[in-house]
Amino acid sequence: MLRFILMRLGKAAIILVAILTLNFFLIHAAPGDPAAVMAGEAGAADAKFIAQLREQFGLDKPLLTQLAIYLKGVLQLDLGYSYRQQMPVADLIFSRLPATLLLTMTAFVISLLLGTVAGVLASARVGKWSDTAISTLALLFYATPLYWAALMAVLLFSVYFNWLPGFGYETVGANYTGLRRVLDIGQHLILPATTLGLFFMAVYMRMTRASMLEVSQLDFVKTARAKGLKPSIIQRRHIFRNAMLPVVTLAGLQAGQLVGGAVLTETVFAWPGIGRLMFEALAQRDYNLLLGVFFVSSAMVLLFNLITDILYRFVDPRIRVA
Amino acid sequence: MTDPVLSIRNLKVALPEGADRDFAVNDVSFDLYPGEILCIVGESGSGKSMSANAAMGLLPDLVRPVGGEIIFEGTDVLKLSEAQMMKLRGKKVAMIFQEPMSALNPLMRVEDQIAEVFEAHNLLTPRDRAKRAIELMTEVGIPDPEKAARAYPFQLSGGQRQRVMIAMALALEPSILIADEPTTALDVTTQAQILELIRNLQEERGMAVMFITHDFGVVAEIADRVAVMQYGKIVEAGTADDVLDNPQHEYTRKLIAAIPKLAAEAGAAAAGKTPILEVEGLNKTYVTGGSLLFSKPRIVHAVNNVNLTLAEGETLGIVGESGSGKSSVGRCLVRLMQPDSGTVRLAGHDMAQLSGAALREARKSIQMIFQDPYASLNPRSKVGRIIAEGPMAHGVSKTEAYGRAVKLLEMVDLDALAIDRYPHEFSGGQRQRIGIARALALEPRVIIADEAVSALDVSIQAQVLDLLADLKERLNLALIFITHDLRVAAQICDRIAVMQNGKVVETGPAHAIFNNPQSGYARTLIEAIPGREKELAAAG
Repeated sequence: MLRFILMRLGKAAIILVAILTLNFFLIHAAPGDPAAVMAGEAGAADAKFIAQLREQFGLDKPLLTQLAIYLKGVLQLDLGYSYRQQMPVADLIFSRLPATLLLTMTAFVISLLLGTVAGVLASARVGKWSDTAISTLALLFYATPLYWAALMAVLLFSVYFNWLPGFGYETVGANYTGLRRVLDIGQHLILPATTLGLFFMAVYMRMTRASMLEVSQLDFVKTARAKGLKPSIIQRRHIFRNAMLPVVTLAGLQAGQLVGGAVLTETVFAWPGIGRLMFEALAQRDYNLLLGVFFVSSAMVLLFNLITDILYRFVDPRIRVA
Repeated sequence: MTDPVLSIRNLKVALPEGADRDFAVNDVSFDLYPGEILCIVGESGSGKSMSANAAMGLLPDLVRPVGGEIIFEGTDVLKLSEAQMMKLRGKKVAMIFQEPMSALNPLMRVEDQIAEVFEAHNLLTPRDRAKRAIELMTEVGIPDPEKAARAYPFQLSGGQRQRVMIAMALALEPSILIADEPTTALDVTTQAQILELIRNLQEERGMAVMFITHDFGVVAEIADRVAVMQYGKIVEAGTADDVLDNPQHEYTRKLIAAIPKLAAEAGAAAAGKTPILEVEGLNKTYVTGGSLLFSKPRIVHAVNNVNLTLAEGETLGIVGESGSGKSSVGRCLVRLMQPDSGTVRLAGHDMAQLSGAALREARKSIQMIFQDPYASLNPRSKVGRIIAEGPMAHGVSKTEAYGRAVKLLEMVDLDALAIDRYPHEFSGGQRQRIGIARALALEPRVIIADEAVSALDVSIQAQVLDLLADLKERLNLALIFITHDLRVAAQICDRIAVMQNGKVVETGPAHAIFNNPQSGYARTLIEAIPGREKELAAAG
């Protein structure tokens, strides 16, 4: 097992360097000279100043040397400096990370939990009205564009009913502390987390339902019945466990997007997370920050792929030994 | 005579609407006595499994019993509630199935799956259950039971998995064991061991066994009494000796006549004829797992220095158990797979290393027929296209290719109208005929048939074998017949090559191999053929 993890970590490191290099060259392939842009914004775009900026940031060095410097920096968790936000990129990202993780993790848990439970229920009542209802709802969630669902949720639950706050991370200026603050953040979390989770909830539901129905037709389920086992035990121990295998794969894919993914939701709900940071960086051509966000989110994808693979080895013995 | 432990009276089981007939089981009655093995024999769709499943209350969802009764210990099982049925299952009546790999939960350790039987009936403490599981595994002859108990099903061999299933079925000492084709998926030597195990356990415990099979060889090996089923009805029943030696019903006679006979005759030897295919030093290894940087790959030497010759008009059988490399040899010969080394000379030209246009040209002369008539025909293509595609790819005009397809269909005894129909409109045997027509379309000189009749019922199998023999004669074809079924090999082959672990361990004329095998492995294989002793005794 340890050998497997080390092996996979080694591979992940190689892939990560490849991604960093690719991002680096992509940014440099884009037209425009960062020094000229900076000089222009400083209001002193003469050749001497630009050359001075180039030297200051090492932009006069050959591209490969620049890449080496950049990679060395990343290795020390130095992701460069954002001139727009006047802060080191790493600090910016880490300050936004908790809010994003809170949002995406909640969405993840909600979608996985409700999705599989609904899928199991639907499969147990296949063909009945409750199955049709759950399946239709799932289709609806699956087909609804995220931003539209977000706007409708705000309109309905905060503007019309005024039950829940429609934007932000916590109530501005209230300065709550302790439990009161936790509850406040929780209230702010409900709408964005639920909307963000809708799509995957639908996917989990449909996959769980299909998978449960498929597994229940397999021979070992008949063996279990031939033993005289109760249907509830057969359902849980034999069908559900086997049916969860494809769901685990899918959950790994969703988990990989936890850090980079919530651009739309965070923007609509004014959630101070990495998604919005990226959106701002994009709009303001903040290359260093953009590179940094790309780096962190691709690292997370690799990390969660690894976690999924390890998890899979626990769930499915055939992979563990083979 | 003692009272029967199970009495089935006028059982009727209805099929869902739209099935090919109304009743899967139609007015079936039979008794099962303690301490006997009753074989229910029939071809696919005869209703033999449905009768057994009805007794367990395990019929598929849309299939239900509509008449008759199944009396067990004085009560009609069909009238029991699901809760009462659950108490019966596993405890009084136990069941084992055809495919032990899929019949075991892949995610659970073997001991837990056995222990579950006790749990289902609230017996013993968890610790005692685990202990009993190991005792049972010892009893059914699993080597190193402590270690095997901790294994997952995929880590055991096919025979061991079936032993686990048997251990599970015997756990609560049921009075009836229902075995639904329990040896069909196993190799012939393993099959012999499992049959012996079932026979021994049955005798020790005085159990009644309802044994469902399509194989009369297995019947001869194990049955006390036999019931023959056709289209949901029992057409003949009696003691095993009576039914096998003196079948009364026409269908039984037909089935028994269709079994390929082992007594291979010393036919006209193909000696002196020119070889059409010569294989020398053929090697193929499979490498699985492993990556460039990190882990060690697993290497399997599937074809290990194989030498074969095939004369014009000859049939060479390649026989062996699963994993012996026989199919890999076939695939290397038609170059569906690139051999690592060795020569394959077809009419004097080496085609092992050909590529591109030269390979395509050479391939015309050597064609293949596959095992599964369902998977080997493209479901989206009409039969005409399936047959004409090959010649058209080699430059024959469409009109001519389709014209020839019609002739080929007639040659394999199918209606010319088949050309405009899709594969799913045909039965398994008919599909295999289409596969043969496709192989013949390129006018090959050699045909490789890889388990070409294994998926077919015995009566259909006999027809297809006759067709192949006839075509071989008419078209002067050379045939390589790859099979695990030694009876089939005995019937159709002039010469036989026996393979084990990638090597050819013995080659010789069919009659010599069957009557006087030289290698130990060939002898083991031949002795394991079910029904062989009875057949030899009958032949005197």
